[in-house]
Amino acid sequence: MGRLEAYPTLLQTNHLGQANPVAKKTHVSTTVNNEPAEFLCEPRESLLEVLRDTLKLTGAKEGCNNGNCGACTVLLNDVPVNSCLVLGVEAEGASIETVEGMACEGHLHPLQQCFLEGAALQCGICTPGFLVTAKALLDKNPTPSEHDIRFNLANNLCRCTGYDKIVKAVQEAAKELAAK
Amino acid sequence: MSTEDLYLGKKSYSVLGQRPVRHDGADKVTGKAVYTSDLQLPNMAQGRIIRSPHAHAKIKSIYTAAALKLPGVLAVVTGEDWPNLEEKFAIMGEAGAVNLHHLANNCLAKGKVVYKGHAVAAVAATTLAIAEEAARLIKVEYEILPSVTWVLDAMKPDAPILLPSLRTDSMGKKGTEPTNIATHIQFEQGNIAEGFKQADVIVEREFRTASVHQGYIEPHVSVALWNEDNRLKIWTSTQGSFNCRQQVSELLQVPVSQVVVVPCEIGGGFGGKITVYLEPVAALLSRRCGRPVKLSMQRNEVFEGTGPTPGSYAKVKIGVKKDGTITAGEAWLAYDCGAFPGGVIGPGAMCVFSCYEFPNAKVDGYDVLDNKPHTQAYRAPGATQAAFACEQVIDELAAKLKMDPIEFRLKNAAKEGTRRVDGPVYPRVGFIETLKAAQNSDHWKSKLTGKNRGRGIASGFWFNIGGASSCSASVNDDGSVTLVEGSTDIGGTRTSVAMQLAETLGITAQDVRPQVGDTDSVGYTFLTGGSRVTFATGLAAYKLGLDLQEQMKQRAAALWDVESAAVKVENGKYSSNGKSLTFKELAGKIPGAKLDPVVGRASVSPEGSTNGFGTHICDVEVDPETGKVTILRYTAIQDAGKAVHPSYVEGQMQGGSVQGIGWALNEEYFFDDQSRMKNASFLDYRMPTSLDVPMIETIIVEVPNPSHPFGVRGVGETPIVPPPATVANAIHAATGLRFTELPMSPPKVWKALSTK
Repeated sequence: MGRLEAYPTLLQTNHLGQANPVAKKTHVSTTVNNEPAEFLCEPRESLLEVLRDTLKLTGAKEGCNNGNCGACTVLLNDVPVNSCLVLGVEAEGASIETVEGMACEGHLHPLQQCFLEGAALQCGICTPGFLVTAKALLDKNPTPSEHDIRFNLANNLCRCTGYDKIVKAVQEAAKELAAK
Repeated sequence: MSTEDLYLGKKSYSVLGQRPVRHDGADKVTGKAVYTSDLQLPNMAQGRIIRSPHAHAKIKSIYTAAALKLPGVLAVVTGEDWPNLEEKFAIMGEAGAVNLHHLANNCLAKGKVVYKGHAVAAVAATTLAIAEEAARLIKVEYEILPSVTWVLDAMKPDAPILLPSLRTDSMGKKGTEPTNIATHIQFEQGNIAEGFKQADVIVEREFRTASVHQGYIEPHVSVALWNEDNRLKIWTSTQGSFNCRQQVSELLQVPVSQVVVVPCEIGGGFGGKITVYLEPVAALLSRRCGRPVKLSMQRNEVFEGTGPTPGSYAKVKIGVKKDGTITAGEAWLAYDCGAFPGGVIGPGAMCVFSCYEFPNAKVDGYDVLDNKPHTQAYRAPGATQAAFACEQVIDELAAKLKMDPIEFRLKNAAKEGTRRVDGPVYPRVGFIETLKAAQNSDHWKSKLTGKNRGRGIASGFWFNIGGASSCSASVNDDGSVTLVEGSTDIGGTRTSVAMQLAETLGITAQDVRPQVGDTDSVGYTFLTGGSRVTFATGLAAYKLGLDLQEQMKQRAAALWDVESAAVKVENGKYSSNGKSLTFKELAGKIPGAKLDPVVGRASVSPEGSTNGFGTHICDVEVDPETGKVTILRYTAIQDAGKAVHPSYVEGQMQGGSVQGIGWALNEEYFFDDQSRMKNASFLDYRMPTSLDVPMIETIIVEVPNPSHPFGVRGVGETPIVPPPATVANAIHAATGLRFTELPMSPPKVWKALSTK
């Protein structure tokens, strides 16, 4: 099913009564990676589409467009969400964090560093989603058990690694963050 | 090249065996890496594919006028837009030779659709929303035909026929009747009747496996720009940029010189991104509208329209003497190939008995069409289904003989000199070493206690193919080396190839800056598949290193005014008559001394196949209330030859194991009575998540490959071969029941346990 078919009521019609997929746009003010951001979006547009196509933040990936794979995970007011399941207009007044915001002042976040050193990525398409989900976990629970990590990361699919090195990288990052 | 001194890992290395951070790592953990879907080109149009809702139907008409009238729609194409393709063939790596007429029809159907999700038309528009709306306005009229999705049903004489012109090719002889059986192959050695006569114990079992998908997280996506000068540029997610160029050029009947393929980062492939789907269609749309066109699939299109691996049926019979010696084996394998001929029965038939000495053996294999997407390679294509069958029979025989399953395997293990049933004789291989490592592992020695628990073991084999690889490099004045290679990088091969160049030159891995070139920037390189890149492109990098080293010697000689032969090189240090310079120091002197820049290149095309063996151990707990199988502990053991970057070797073993566990326990295509896939989403297809599996322990065995200077073997595919059999053997140990059908999903396990 295409995106439009999923939301038939959002289709606008033109003066001839034909479906007109170019709908009226809404102005949205939000914060992305601690910087103010404004954009115009159609009511049917997902936050993922806005991030990737309008704000040109292509770190979040589309793997399924129905909330199953987690490759598009971003933080919405500190909560990890599948940005393909959030509408762009819902970002009004919110604070959004994406993978692009994790490294600061030329330094990788410990999670990013541990993913690199622990070879926790192969093709890399799922990596941004895993990093964002893992950051949300460690922000909330700095000393997660292996089960806590596996439970939280179960929102994100990886087909290359078998998860072993991802889980270990999160464990390592937790240790590093605790030592800081 | 002399390789004697490499045997059994005697040689020590300074770069190989280290675990440097991968060169493309920072891009990939910060969201900067550019995958095809991240591309934004000026004036780029967006496309959508219109797909068949029916599994088998004649296309009576395609009505496009309404779509073309929608404002913003730029172009519509259908199967009628293909050039006239005679019966032409292209070589497509592991998938073998492909009929271009079939390949074109698979990308955009002409006349008839043969599976649900088969592409029938494509539209390009100024935005994706308009393209989607236009797609809804394209009306296709179908005449529905009967369909079939199970391989044995498709072989019946009264089965619905997919390709009326198809006749069975049975070892070179063409059949006379319409059929869905595309090919019948047979391998034979010795005399099986005699062999079974010598046997004291014979076990014969039947096995069935469901279709499963490669499950890469990145859907297929391509951008094409067919320019007014007739040059066609394609950015795409592909496992082989040159293979893609060849397919596109032949499908569109333009010379390869007019096509350039730019491989973007690839979000997984596992064999499923070798054939083209979107590339030539995006090109047709681009030619029509004069703009770059991006075509991408939604997840349901990936499941319904791209390559699963075959559903299969296998009957395997093995005879042994009381002392455990195998006397004979017979296998009858039928694999479906989906809607077009040319599946993976060949490697399946080669692999079924490949782990053991079979003095007498016969294998029959059938390639069978049915109404599913055309099957594609999936990590050791064909071998996992075969191992699921053979390794369970082996397990049962060992139990009948009251022999330890590792001892039984050791008694019959393939080794140097063993002749595989399809002909080749093994050079030095490391199967026995993996079995011994299993025997000595913590896992095997540990005690497993508790109700409903069991431990299983199984082995597997896969080839590492050779094929052409090219690379080139230049030495910078800071002593770094810029490497351009043609192998698209799916899982860290930039680094494993760069490390082999660094080892050859005596510099560090970080001194090499590898990049993957497009088809205009590097020499021909065969696809990323067949576990070949670290082996074959690594071999090219080694040769390239020798070329650079020779040139560096010449520069040192010019600097010191001596003969080149008087310059000695050791561990990256160049010396002559008491003078000495490191690689870096020498590189720094080249511009100042006005010496020629150092630019090197190498290409190789190693023939034949080297061999990778693995043995896996698994502990399971079976819940009798629900039929759910939990993996408690899992260990993968594999001969890697020389593990170039051990972390990424482990990663291949762990990733392959978990894909195999998914195949064993959950994954399958469900079809309704109209042959339509009913679970075309990640939620319903249900691949393993982090919560479904434990840590995957790994043991790397290093028995150097005699046909590589560093002893490297490919490692990518073997790890998916043993898991379903390993898990099945473990479930048998836990329950006493033999599961002969994949997946061993909770409903099946529960049913078997509750009727026990």
